[in-house]
Amino acid sequence: MTGVIDYGAGNTASVMNALSDITKDIVKSSDPEVLSKCGRLILPGVGEASFAMKRLAECGITSLIKTCDVPLLGICLGMQIMGSFSEEGDTHCLGLTNTPVKRFDESKMTVPNMGWCKTKINNNCKLFQNLKNDQYFYFAHSYYMPVSEITTALCSTGTEFTAALRINNFYGVQFHPEKSGSAGIQILKNFMELC
Amino acid sequence: MPAKRIIPCLDIKDGRVVKGTNFVNLRDAGDAVELALRYEEEGADELVFLDITASHEKRKILADLVKEVAGVLRIPFTVGGGVSDIRDFELLFNLGADKVSLNSAIVKTPGLITEAARQFGSQAVVAAIDVNLADNSYFVFVKGGRENTGIEGFDWCRRVADLGAGEILLTSMNKDGTRSGYDLGFLKKLKELVPLPVIASGGAGNMEHFLEAFTVAGADACLTAGLFHFGELSITDLKLYLSRKGIEVRL
Repeated sequence: MTGVIDYGAGNTASVMNALSDITKDIVKSSDPEVLSKCGRLILPGVGEASFAMKRLAECGITSLIKTCDVPLLGICLGMQIMGSFSEEGDTHCLGLTNTPVKRFDESKMTVPNMGWCKTKINNNCKLFQNLKNDQYFYFAHSYYMPVSEITTALCSTGTEFTAALRINNFYGVQFHPEKSGSAGIQILKNFMELC
Repeated sequence: MPAKRIIPCLDIKDGRVVKGTNFVNLRDAGDAVELALRYEEEGADELVFLDITASHEKRKILADLVKEVAGVLRIPFTVGGGVSDIRDFELLFNLGADKVSLNSAIVKTPGLITEAARQFGSQAVVAAIDVNLADNSYFVFVKGGRENTGIEGFDWCRRVADLGAGEILLTSMNKDGTRSGYDLGFLKKLKELVPLPVIASGGAGNMEHFLEAFTVAGADACLTAGLFHFGELSITDLKLYLSRKGIEVRL
């Protein structure tokens, strides 16, 4: 069973639609008991960081995520809040990595970074199996995680940033696989096949 | 830099896709779900769905149709028309929208932009701005282009950026349906004024018009409806043309 974490901030319906192309064995929930029984979790994210952290706490699922030992995929904001801190709403995040999340510099580029960006991928990461390098994915974000040792895919808008990351069982993508056509569906398929 | 985007727009009236000239003389252009599927296959980068009668007839968006389109679409989906408060955002996201476009409501209640951006992030908030020429100046029009607000066009664009909108969908009513090209002068000045992505709308008649919107005006995306609906131009051919001209597009 795949659990989609429903914390009231996000395009959860879009994620459910895309997952339904792959499996019917999905549950959308904010109940820690339901989520803790899932074999893998997805943390979607369209929203604002401090609002999302507040909602996760209100639903009582912050610690469930931090201590989860099944594969978890964070999407967009769901990836960013794996960081230590976000400049969006100046909030502490889940702290799964020491990397903080920063705002793009509006004086140097169009913000938000909105659209399809060529993404350089690390072929060793199972999330990117059957995908070619320089694949286009759909991004929509004003904040970014700098490139670090956990980065498994990257993009550049003048500033290089993390397009995907892995920390043990935690996977994150800055782009929206649910909105990236067939390449995005492949990412979700790869994630579903991790266990 | 992201690739330049080509965005087909479905103007919906009474559950059908329509296309008019200068916001009037609407004619039927087909079934929304069929068109959505065709456009994604042809390489559309996003899809915009506007319920063009919702605002002035006080009707809510056709929820079932939004859900049906979202159910088949795997590219970004922006929905607008008749959105008046934050509850409409929740409703539309639950139906499968990824971004929400605001027009009349934000002229009446500009704070709605900030409220929505705070909850859903700026990237989900599209300010749809309709401008038209009156006495040699650009003014913002609402209610499907029927009402001049008296607000100056560039001032309003700057304001929505300051309030937290994530993108501007700029429709030049003076160009809409004329097929004489996008309003390059307005768009170019707009890109210099605001840091946001700008979607050009109104006036596309041939492939060169898209090219010049990207190269001359610096638009981030081009939106059009009629040209694609009636099969005069395919998105695939358009993107191949742009690519040959040195524009980065997703092929």
